[in-house]
Amino acid sequence: MISNDKKEVLEKLELESRSLFQDAKIRFFKNKAAVLSLVIICIIVLFVLFGQNLSQFAYEDTDWDLMQVAPSFLTGHFFGTDDLGRDIFVRTLQGGKISLMVGLMGACVAVVIGVFYGATAGFIGGKIDGLMMRIVDILASFPFMFFIILLVTFFGRNIGFIFVAIGMVSWLDVARIVRGQTLSLKEKEFIEAARVSGTSNFKIVQKHIIPNVIGIVIVYATLLIPNMIIFESFLSFLGLGVQEPDTSWGALVNEGSKVMDIAVWQLAFPGLFLVITLFCFNFIGDGLRDALDPKDR
Amino acid sequence: MKFFKFTAAVLTAFLLTTTSLVAKQELVRGNGSEPVTLDPNLGEGIPGSNIDRDLFETLMTEDNQGNVILGQAESYTISDNKLIYTFKIKKSAKWSNGNHVTADDFEYAFKRIVDPKIAAKYSWYLKILGIKNTAAILNGKKPVESLGVKALDSKTLEITLGKPIPYFLIGLSNIIMAPVPKEIVQKYGQNWTKIEHIVSNGAYKLGEWIVNERIVLVKNDKYYGADKVKIEKVTYLPIPEQSTELNRYKAGEIDYLYELPKNQYKHLMKTIPNEVKVLGRVGTYYYYLNMKKKPFDDIRIRKALSYAVNRDVLANKVLGTGEKPAYTLVPEIVSGYTLKLPPYAKLTQKQRDEQARKMLNDAGFNKSHPLKFELLYNTSEQHKRNALAIASMWKRVFHGAVIVTLKNQEWKTYLSDKRAGNFQVARAGWIGDYNEASTMLDLLTKGHSSNNSFYDNPEYDALMNKARVTTDDVQRNKLYQEADAMIARDMPIIPLFQYSNARLIKPRVGGYPKVNPLGDIYTKYLYIKK
Amino acid sequence: MLKFIIRRVLIAIPTLLVLISISFVLVHSAPGSPFTDDRDIPPAIMKNIEAKYHLDRPLIVQYCYYLKDVVTWDFGPSFKFKDYSINDLVNKSFPVSIKIGFLAFLFALIVGVAAGVIASLNQNSKIDYSVMTFAMIGAAIPNFVLAPALVLFFAIYMKILPAGGWNGGEWKYLLLPVFAMSFRYIASIARIMRASMIEVLNSNFIRTARAKGMSNSYVIIHHALRPAILPVVSYLGPAFVGIITGSVVIETIFGLPGIGQLFVNGALNRDYNMVLTLTIIIGGLMILFNTIVDILYAVIDPKIKY
Repeated sequence: MISNDKKEVLEKLELESRSLFQDAKIRFFKNKAAVLSLVIICIIVLFVLFGQNLSQFAYEDTDWDLMQVAPSFLTGHFFGTDDLGRDIFVRTLQGGKISLMVGLMGACVAVVIGVFYGATAGFIGGKIDGLMMRIVDILASFPFMFFIILLVTFFGRNIGFIFVAIGMVSWLDVARIVRGQTLSLKEKEFIEAARVSGTSNFKIVQKHIIPNVIGIVIVYATLLIPNMIIFESFLSFLGLGVQEPDTSWGALVNEGSKVMDIAVWQLAFPGLFLVITLFCFNFIGDGLRDALDPKDR
Repeated sequence: MKFFKFTAAVLTAFLLTTTSLVAKQELVRGNGSEPVTLDPNLGEGIPGSNIDRDLFETLMTEDNQGNVILGQAESYTISDNKLIYTFKIKKSAKWSNGNHVTADDFEYAFKRIVDPKIAAKYSWYLKILGIKNTAAILNGKKPVESLGVKALDSKTLEITLGKPIPYFLIGLSNIIMAPVPKEIVQKYGQNWTKIEHIVSNGAYKLGEWIVNERIVLVKNDKYYGADKVKIEKVTYLPIPEQSTELNRYKAGEIDYLYELPKNQYKHLMKTIPNEVKVLGRVGTYYYYLNMKKKPFDDIRIRKALSYAVNRDVLANKVLGTGEKPAYTLVPEIVSGYTLKLPPYAKLTQKQRDEQARKMLNDAGFNKSHPLKFELLYNTSEQHKRNALAIASMWKRVFHGAVIVTLKNQEWKTYLSDKRAGNFQVARAGWIGDYNEASTMLDLLTKGHSSNNSFYDNPEYDALMNKARVTTDDVQRNKLYQEADAMIARDMPIIPLFQYSNARLIKPRVGGYPKVNPLGDIYTKYLYIKK
Repeated sequence: MLKFIIRRVLIAIPTLLVLISISFVLVHSAPGSPFTDDRDIPPAIMKNIEAKYHLDRPLIVQYCYYLKDVVTWDFGPSFKFKDYSINDLVNKSFPVSIKIGFLAFLFALIVGVAAGVIASLNQNSKIDYSVMTFAMIGAAIPNFVLAPALVLFFAIYMKILPAGGWNGGEWKYLLLPVFAMSFRYIASIARIMRASMIEVLNSNFIRTARAKGMSNSYVIIHHALRPAILPVVSYLGPAFVGIITGSVVIETIFGLPGIGQLFVNGALNRDYNMVLTLTIIIGGLMILFNTIVDILYAVIDPKIKY
């Protein structure tokens, strides 16, 4: 049971934090680059999801008479075709689905694991915290990328596996950040209040700590997405990406980079989408950080 | 004997004297990847063999067109029962340190190959050549000493076969069968191939070896034919990535490409057509149909899938670097063999497609009850393209009655799955070890480790057994034709195309042959012209 | 400080042990063996090969063999390249990777910090915008696109630099790979440096220093640079990991004989000991480097005590 005045304090705090978010929102929307990026990302997402309807081709269909032809509205291949006569336009859309999904899911895995681990360590503190953070230190000096190469080489690939693998590498930083935040939050009055009022530790972590660190986590996650997409393209380069005829921007760009001198459209179109997307996520991430962290500048 | 065409060699020599050569005779060859070893007896893989063919020479070797000619052997005699071959080794055959190449070196080398302690990967090859007691030695039932090879004196070698093998002399030209310097190998053991110890008996000797970067060979003055060798220095570069190799060729750092990226072929034919060289090869690309798995035990399914592949499109458009459509297992380039097209090859693609649809329908598969399977291939740009192309052909011909999922695995995983029969349809290719039809047809005999379709036809096995001991060339090749026809009839595999080898060669490099079925290009036959 | 270093070394040992064990299990549970091949190997021969490399022993025994190899630093023969031992191969490739990695790292650090500082001093000017645009592009272009583009331009069209190869590490052969490798990190470091420099320049103690009438360049060099570089130092760890990983790509594209290629080939060939050895070396390097970064951090930031 929470006594009335304590309840009041809590409500007031909640109010305060809400206005904090509102402030952030205002600041974010003042940042033109970030807002523009957000709009572009939304357009790209919609385009990737529904653009298929603009073309008469399916992403796996081959055409022996139109192999590696330049973009043309006459043939209906807006972005040209690859060396099997497949339409680059629909393949770019298909690749976008996979790349964005890998980015989002990878970031989610990293955030979920990282937040719970970091918040737990920070909240419990003491010896267990030390132990948990030592484990993070040990893991941080693992050559994970090489492990992933091994894993994907030996045990085949599917998209789910790539999500998890990529997420596994990135959760360490999230855990560190969240732990740091948690440590400082722990000393704050409202946590103290919740603790005094008999709320269980798990509840405190869930109800108070996590919502309060979520801001910085979102920033971090936004900046993680482009890294995930780049990492997927690295796997594609090694021939360990998604299974054909499915594709990703990374895989398309990799194929295109091998014929850039003779069929530049194979590189240019998926490359443009990839670069713009990464740009936008970076701008949004920066915008969010500036918005949520007023002491910066 | 038709294997020994000296005319070609004479002609090359004549041409050489009439073309003007530049003073600096140096060649840079792209060579795929780092050779596994330079030890010819333990060799495996094309990169190593390419270098070994320059370094070492076997009793019988090849001319520039791949015809088998005398190498280190000066002459030979064959016993009446065709079981005992006696070779006289050239008096002038020497190692690069000036020592004579002796019969003992050969005996020692051959015994190394089958020695279980040495554990050479190609030890099975001596079984193919039929050298007496090979099988027993490999199974550990007989000692290595019992191998049918004996040095009668320092320059006379006697080889005894277990049964007459008609292609024995051809097979002997494989670089695996090279001699090694017995003294040096015994002295340095595994380290004998190191630059400070190695000696060789071929046209070149080792000059420099930087792992994963380059291997430089220089002319061997002790070689008996050294006066005819033009290139003084050849550098082999291991470059696994095709586009990297092509870039370095374009930048002028390589004269001779190992392999051409197929997606660049059309463009190269437009820009530098005179530098694109295509050679047919003894080798066929095909798909295994796992006959142990339902429904691939049904001949109608196997035939339907095979008929529906448009091999003309595959060979000419998807590949297009001189590959030929394959309807049977033996490629037409095999010497002494006349390819007989099976009946289905003579139909038009439209007729084949119709028959394919009908057969699939008869076998009980249609749009509402589609045939679903996985197509397995090992990771490679080219296998991926082929698989995508064929899958889309199936999709088109069967209108949704066949649903294929592609599955790629890296080499070793693919090999273990394939061998264990853990697949439905799997990509495969076989490059001949020697220039004779049995190098291909043996594949589908029962119990062959690469019979991954698990084709089991006693009639076929009987044919092959009979061919193995038929010494008359015409008779034997007739048997091979029958066997080949049987494959087209039973369709345990889907033959797809006959391999070719396309590469770029700088115009200044002369002597590159127009025909060479095994693709064995010796540097000693090349030269740099003005 | 010494205590801190000792503690790091003590942690390194179990870390490496865990690393070895995980890699060992992973590598040995991979399908296929080093000797799986297209052509058949007779069972008797196979048995001999396996005996030669101890592959016929129980896994736990093989594990002990391997630990022994680590302690004696002699990793035995390569399963794939028969003419060389693993030590031979690694000794030959390691300097290549180190040279390129180190140069790329140094280059990224110097150029990145310089660009960041210049941008921050000219905030919101044309210079600033061009640096930031460059940084954004750098973060978005995968190195496997940048590298072949560089080759196309400098080696094939201009013909002024070689398209690949190592050639004993001659400078001409280093330029393109080092640049391709460091590009991304120049961009990131410039961004981080700019942000932190701006923050420091706006802080009170810099204002005080300026108010005292010190010259602008004196303030920047003696007061601002040191605190501003801290975030860059903490980024060095991840950058190092990235460069090591990126070496796989760069080495493939330029055909360089480094450990990245050795690792990928080792995994594909099931060259067990090769993969394990490289995992240890790379892991060890990462631990070493992180330790150096931590020490560096402490040296620069007087607030941190160990």
